[in-house]
Amino acid sequence: MAFIKNILDQMKPTFSEGGKLSAFGSLFDAAETFFYVPNETSKAYGAHIHDAIDSKRGIFFVIIAMIPAILFGMYNIGLQHDLALGQDTGLVMQFLYGLGVLLPKIIVSYAVGLGIEVAIAQFKKEEVHEGFFVTGMLIPMIVPVNCPLWIMAIATAFAVIFAKEIFGGTGMNIFNPALVTRAFLFFAYPSMMSGDKVWVNGSYMDSIGGPSADAVTAATPLGQLGAGEAVTYSPMDTIIGTIPGSIGETSFIAILIGAVILIWAGIASWKIIVSTFVGGALLAAVCTPEVAGFEWWMHLTVGGFAFGAVFMATDPVTACRTENGKYIYGFIIGALAIIIRQFNPGYPEGMMMAILMGNLLAPLIDYCFVQSNINKRMNRAK
Amino acid sequence: MANVIKLRKGLDINLKGKAAEEKANVKATGLYGLVPDDFVGVKPKVVVKEGDCVKAGDALFVDKKHPEVKFVSPVAGTVSAVERGERRKVLSVQVTAGGQQEYVDFGKKNVAAMKGGEVLTALLEGGLFAFFRQRPYDVTPAPEVAPKSIFVSAFSSMPLAQNFEFALKGNEADFQTGLDALAKIAPTFLGVSAKQTAPALTGAKNVTVTVFDGPNPAGNVGVQINHVAPVNKGEVVWTVNPEVVIFIGRLFNTGKVDLTRTVAFAGSEVNAPKYVNMLVGQQLTTLVEGNVSTDKHIRIINGNPLTGTKTCKDGFLAAQATEVTVIPEGDETHELFGWIAPRLNQFSASRSYFSWLMPKKEGYVLDARVKGGHRHMIFSGEYDSVFPMDIYPEQLLKAIITGNIDSMEALGVYEVAPEDFAVAEFVDSSKVELQRIVREGLNMLRKENE
Repeated sequence: MAFIKNILDQMKPTFSEGGKLSAFGSLFDAAETFFYVPNETSKAYGAHIHDAIDSKRGIFFVIIAMIPAILFGMYNIGLQHDLALGQDTGLVMQFLYGLGVLLPKIIVSYAVGLGIEVAIAQFKKEEVHEGFFVTGMLIPMIVPVNCPLWIMAIATAFAVIFAKEIFGGTGMNIFNPALVTRAFLFFAYPSMMSGDKVWVNGSYMDSIGGPSADAVTAATPLGQLGAGEAVTYSPMDTIIGTIPGSIGETSFIAILIGAVILIWAGIASWKIIVSTFVGGALLAAVCTPEVAGFEWWMHLTVGGFAFGAVFMATDPVTACRTENGKYIYGFIIGALAIIIRQFNPGYPEGMMMAILMGNLLAPLIDYCFVQSNINKRMNRAK
Repeated sequence: MANVIKLRKGLDINLKGKAAEEKANVKATGLYGLVPDDFVGVKPKVVVKEGDCVKAGDALFVDKKHPEVKFVSPVAGTVSAVERGERRKVLSVQVTAGGQQEYVDFGKKNVAAMKGGEVLTALLEGGLFAFFRQRPYDVTPAPEVAPKSIFVSAFSSMPLAQNFEFALKGNEADFQTGLDALAKIAPTFLGVSAKQTAPALTGAKNVTVTVFDGPNPAGNVGVQINHVAPVNKGEVVWTVNPEVVIFIGRLFNTGKVDLTRTVAFAGSEVNAPKYVNMLVGQQLTTLVEGNVSTDKHIRIINGNPLTGTKTCKDGFLAAQATEVTVIPEGDETHELFGWIAPRLNQFSASRSYFSWLMPKKEGYVLDARVKGGHRHMIFSGEYDSVFPMDIYPEQLLKAIITGNIDSMEALGVYEVAPEDFAVAEFVDSSKVELQRIVREGLNMLRKENE
């Protein structure tokens, strides 16, 4: 593999300060560190040895953990399309159909987000931070399949600039950028984000996938619950994920696999995941009304609850940073999500708002724990 | 029975090349150097001229603010150079040894019959007080401020660190005399490891012995203070390295300042890692040359790889260093796809690597690479998991970075030293230079408060 090194070394002067393409220095730098671990060595003072972990590794593990949900999401796009048209093209075709629908979304999300990040990194003369690799994958996962690409592009740009970069980039933002993208879509283009018409792919891909499914309706379990109708999906459907919903959120099992990977690798905090489920389960048990076909615990398997708890509430930058605070932070998110679902007539889904609210409260929760440590120290001094 | 404190947080780093418990002799080059920078917080005033003859125990420089704090020559000979850097900063005062080692005679003393003030005067005269450190700020203390207590940690849990129990052999009487002397000044606490069994440690007299059982950094004196009697604002605690306690005992038992210490020469690039007797300030050339790998770039460290200072083969043994370690520099290594490759040779506290599953019994070879880009603090709980003190490390670091003195005080800055953040700096995935940040924060705070 030495040839990669040779190519990079040859190109380096062109991209360095004073080179012809120095305007793309950050991009080159990102590519170089993508291929090779930087061989910068420690300073004369301080730790001379370092753990092999770096932020790149941590962040790519989150993407690895998302793979089951991504793959299932692709399959489910095809499946829902077939169900709506009353046909069965088989697992492979359904998956390929979903791949065809999802890939452009992923490409648009990455192109827009990374484009902005690289430009800003170049402007600030910094390295490109890898945080957007997760955000850019999360965004297509949490939008309905029918969300137009141009709208997604606008929302992504908004979130990267106004939720992240103006605060100073990865590590400095207050709100989870992927959720800000969704919130932007939710309020700017409400008709694209909820209702019955957004969950089955229409418009493009139709020449490949057979007859058009334009304006086909399919209600999510939460939509049915919100409207007070009987829920027509079996509990098993909601666990496996063969139901309409945002692309990555439907399969409880796929998300659970991701959770296991994240907790095993120590990348996401188990405290947040567990306490979110505890908070959600407690409230769901208490306030779920009698609805035909809906058990209280299905609150945890339908909608974005599990996906949010595993992949979004655990974002270390926007979550609580104190270990004890993480229990409370998770509990508040889980509980709030169910409260919004049950008591807000406007929104059938509450996870997005609950996590954004949790992000908002995280510094306050941290403050309480840190302050108690400070008080202890002050009292000791007396 | 001594009080046992169990510590849960921390990380032991098993490095290859631990020193075998045997002593070898190393021929000295004849050049010795005392480096003022080793004594943090001191402004040196050189009191000798080039060509002056000195004995072991004669002052080479003193602290400008406290001229009674003397920094003495480890060896008898001729002052051969006062090396100066930018703005005439003193880099080192070098002495070329004469033929015979001659000591200044400070006179044998019976510690039991002495008062605290007399002990302190004797330590100042003999230049041993210079080796003390104080919390807050982790600097050489001001002798006129009486300490609340004195802490000695009898072990280091850092990777490749000297095993003090081995160094103690044959020095037990001096060690006890040293403790007796410290106890005259202030209540003295000795922290020992749960693995240490030497009666001179577990049965030390006139001091309060506390046993610490836990992973690195359990041996850090700062961690021990935090668990036994934390430092409050306005209080001063002195800390003394166990090797210095032996120096103190020697001073009172023999009347001489003998700065011979047992140094671990260790690391993956050392051909035969073992212990050597060296004087403080001894040049490293003869120790290093011919005894380390020559097929790659190496890094020689005065001290252990987590808290030591980079030096070169012509450097001098640092005032506080109890080990000289040699690791690969690593700048010639180009690892492909580090963010996803399994990298079985790498050690990590994170389970995104496999070192937790298949630990290398003989130890890891870690080089000096930072192994990642510098980022803002992204992942949470990393510092906390290796910081066994009742302090929020991340919040304290952020207060230091933003220069917020009130927050720093409230969050416990007076209790910490840079070395307490060494393990956190190791595990940090954002590769922030924690020890440098803490050092600069303490310097800033000291300037503000004085």
